[in-house]
Amino acid sequence: MSRTELVQLSAAAAAAKLAAGEVSSEELTRAHLEHIAATDGDAVDPADRSRGKTGLNAFLHVAEEEALATARGVDASRAAGDELHPLAGVPIAVKDNIVTRGMPTTAASRMLEGWLSPYDATVIAKVREARMPILGKTNLDEFAMGSSTEHSAFGVSRNPWDLDRIPGGSGGGSAAAVAAFQAPLALGSDTGGSIRQPASVTGSVGVHPTYGSVSRYGAIAMASSLDQIGPHARTVRDAALLHEVLGGHDPRDATSLKDPVGPYAAEAAAGAAEGGLRGLRVGVVQELLHAEGLQDGVSQRFRESLEALRAAGAEIVEVSLPHLKYSLGAYYLIMSSEVSSNLAKYDGVRFGARTLPEDGPVTIERVMAATRAAGFNPEAKRRIILGTYALSAGYYDQYYGAAQKVRTLVMRDFEQAFGQVDVLVSPTSPTTAFRAGEKVDDPLAMYLNDIATIPINLAGVPAISVPGGLAPENGLPVGIQFVAPVREDARLYRAAAGLEAALEAQWGGPLLGRLPATETLISARTEGAAK
Amino acid sequence: MSDATLSFDEALAKYDPVLGFEVHVELNTKTKMFDAAPNAFGDEPNANTTPVSLGLPGVLPMVNRTAVESAIKLGLALGCEIAPVSEFSRKNYFYPDTPKNFQTSQYDKPIAENGSIDIELEDGTVFTVDIERAHMEEDAGKLNHKGGAGRIQGAAYSLVDYNRAGVPLIEIVTRPIRGAGERAPELARAYVAAIREIVKNLGISDARMERGNVRCDANVSLMPKGTDALGTRTETKNVNSMRSVERAVRFEICRHAAVLDSGAKIVQETRHWHEDTRETTSGRPKSDADDYRYFPEPDLVPVVTDAEWIERLRAELPEPPAERRRRLKAEWGYSDEEFRDVVNAGVMDQIEETIASGASAAVARKWWMGEISRLAKQREVEPGELGISPVTVVELNQLIEKGEINDKIARKVLEHVLEGEGTPAEIVEQRGLAVVSDEGALSTAVDEALAAMPDVAEKIRGGKVQAAGAVVGQVMKATRGQADAGRVRELILQKLGVEG
Repeated sequence: MSRTELVQLSAAAAAAKLAAGEVSSEELTRAHLEHIAATDGDAVDPADRSRGKTGLNAFLHVAEEEALATARGVDASRAAGDELHPLAGVPIAVKDNIVTRGMPTTAASRMLEGWLSPYDATVIAKVREARMPILGKTNLDEFAMGSSTEHSAFGVSRNPWDLDRIPGGSGGGSAAAVAAFQAPLALGSDTGGSIRQPASVTGSVGVHPTYGSVSRYGAIAMASSLDQIGPHARTVRDAALLHEVLGGHDPRDATSLKDPVGPYAAEAAAGAAEGGLRGLRVGVVQELLHAEGLQDGVSQRFRESLEALRAAGAEIVEVSLPHLKYSLGAYYLIMSSEVSSNLAKYDGVRFGARTLPEDGPVTIERVMAATRAAGFNPEAKRRIILGTYALSAGYYDQYYGAAQKVRTLVMRDFEQAFGQVDVLVSPTSPTTAFRAGEKVDDPLAMYLNDIATIPINLAGVPAISVPGGLAPENGLPVGIQFVAPVREDARLYRAAAGLEAALEAQWGGPLLGRLPATETLISARTEGAAK
Repeated sequence: MSDATLSFDEALAKYDPVLGFEVHVELNTKTKMFDAAPNAFGDEPNANTTPVSLGLPGVLPMVNRTAVESAIKLGLALGCEIAPVSEFSRKNYFYPDTPKNFQTSQYDKPIAENGSIDIELEDGTVFTVDIERAHMEEDAGKLNHKGGAGRIQGAAYSLVDYNRAGVPLIEIVTRPIRGAGERAPELARAYVAAIREIVKNLGISDARMERGNVRCDANVSLMPKGTDALGTRTETKNVNSMRSVERAVRFEICRHAAVLDSGAKIVQETRHWHEDTRETTSGRPKSDADDYRYFPEPDLVPVVTDAEWIERLRAELPEPPAERRRRLKAEWGYSDEEFRDVVNAGVMDQIEETIASGASAAVARKWWMGEISRLAKQREVEPGELGISPVTVVELNQLIEKGEINDKIARKVLEHVLEGEGTPAEIVEQRGLAVVSDEGALSTAVDEALAAMPDVAEKIRGGKVQAAGAVVGQVMKATRGQADAGRVRELILQKLGVEG
């Protein structure tokens, strides 16, 4: 098989070919590494990492040797007749805020440049146990704070649909890598939509599992009560297969649930089958249908998705989440408060970057201050300052305390809605991908992009984003979000796979089949820049 | 510069002291509060750490269940209510002794609240101290400042050891203690002693103050006599011996009184105790405006206790030390003074075991308070650490009761036991220390002594019976102390034809 054919295999298809001995993991892994080399680009300025790379810039680190070694090991075991995990030998990319032994973990921050973790995150241990070659670490907004990867210290990642546009964030690197066939699967983290919004704007699939169903141990904390690790993939079934690898109780994470894992892939298969959505009650969140700034093309594709669901046998019901409008405010207080405390450890004393004061005495306070001044970008500082203020004596009840009450109300809204329907549905993001630089100076506009994704993190419920087609006005992907009750992740996969099957039948194939060849876009862009 | 102080008597004549204590108890769990790293003292710096103790990126805490059980037991021993739901919070501050730049502690939902304990002073006076709360938290690491005054300011550099970071602590906070008057310093000492005794008795802490297992912050404020409004307090930090607690409280009372007398105001601040000069000095100003930005620890779920768990732990509690003392004193029939001396000498446990092994209360007290205490003092150790077991005391006493040895020989036997020569019976046997009870030999020895001291013999015959002591002494010397002195005396008088 050619490189292009190999990288376009879904994880499930690749796993089947590996099992059948039609391809080796080494071939498959090498094809992805070559594709990364061909599409990620070269350093714009080798002396200045902040300028990123000329191509997608999805990867901050490519672990070629390790990935190939793992692949060869899997091939040898398979040849020896050993029993292997179904995804053994299928490569994966990892968001760079998940710690990995043997390769750098930076959270896309200068603060952790050069730091090597002495331990693996629990999800990495699981990926290694399944013997999936790790291709490398993907770009993100610094410490996962942003919706575009423009806040990465190592340059913005590009949207494979249009290189002048952002791939979403914070997990733009993982989403771009998956959408552009650099990796069939990737790990992400989702605190306010950082898996789902990038999936939405890149035409890929992203899942926020039920809070606590996937271990957070080894995910560099942004906002502990909201952070959740989850899968990026190109198909619902692939996401389900990866979710089954990641899930399960972890004695190292006190918020980890003890529920059994899955069955997610089986539910996805059931949902995609003929009549798989029959009887499913789907609630349309009214507040999100009339959200401020909802793009026409997004609205249009969303309505078509509802039609497709109805045609597949689902019952469409209007539901209301009356406290949704307070979500954004509550989220920014809770998130920033937790950020201010979680990011306190980055002070140059024990690990990572240390910056000495330019002049004056070198005292501990001044070294910590200089390190934090130099190591954090403006977005991180903005959130640290906001959170520090919100937790200050005398303001706690007014801000953090009030936000927690709103959080409870939002949770109750979801509980009430799920009394009427099986799943909720809405556009994932009110807009398609915006241009790099378009909103970076307008934090509020950037925050509004997360209106549909943030309530999910507040409530801890599972949600998935699946492709809903391309917006007619700009040809960019639109994402559809399904939400299920807490611990009902399986239901999510059924509904999403049902819609995916219905839409792909209309489109005559997967949405990403229409993605322009990335190499062509890069050379056109380079020539354009040269003119 | 020394602060002005009033004499203690002057201070007490004008003011009523109010005390408050925050005692930190380090638990002796195998692992740390939130982490699988060993909880151990004295190892190489940073040996007892994991990524969690070091606060590396991505790590998460897990609550140590044994530490929670220790906290519940202590709460019960302090008569507290155990919260059905308690919660950990983050106390945020930038200082390199905590690897995360926050300490995980309990804030508005502690595990135990509203208790009280009776504190008995040496003369038997009892004060009831109300406990506001006991909460769980993690200890900080140790900073070792090199150069300068040993403080972080002015140090050339500082080394940090995170072995202690994350060690489980329980902080016990009292309500303001009024009415102690002149007994305040003594009460301070007794309070810390009582807490130490309770945690040792529960087996939840090694309670070694010199290792920092028990650390006391003492709050002192004064109210002018006849008023009822609390004055401004100072908090003297880390007073780490019971004697220092007493002295520090006394010093602060005298210093506060001098400040107030001069018309000045007490500055609310932390103070440092200096054992060498026996003074406190000003630390950093502390005010209620100190902002630690507490918020519930989002990485942990609340600690939920149920009645069944609490009752199981309650059933496991050992007898409270004060109750046990009352019981033992009554059982043994000691006077107040005798019992107090036993307690102060730290030999109550030994006496209890000695009695359990078959000795009478009087015999047990005689040995532990007498010869054993003397030998311990000589060797500068506690009587309990000397190496004499209760069983040894019982054996020794049996040899005396059988008439095989006398008290004097018994004391000698004890010394040989300490030298590791074996049991008392073995030593008596091997060293031939049995009392000389052979009448013939004894008779010969008496004859020889009388012959050697004709003038004394004459006096005795003349009725000066008390002069017999000199002859007894001579016989005892000749028999290397192995004769029964009473029998020797009888023989002397008999041979000289004098009625005893």
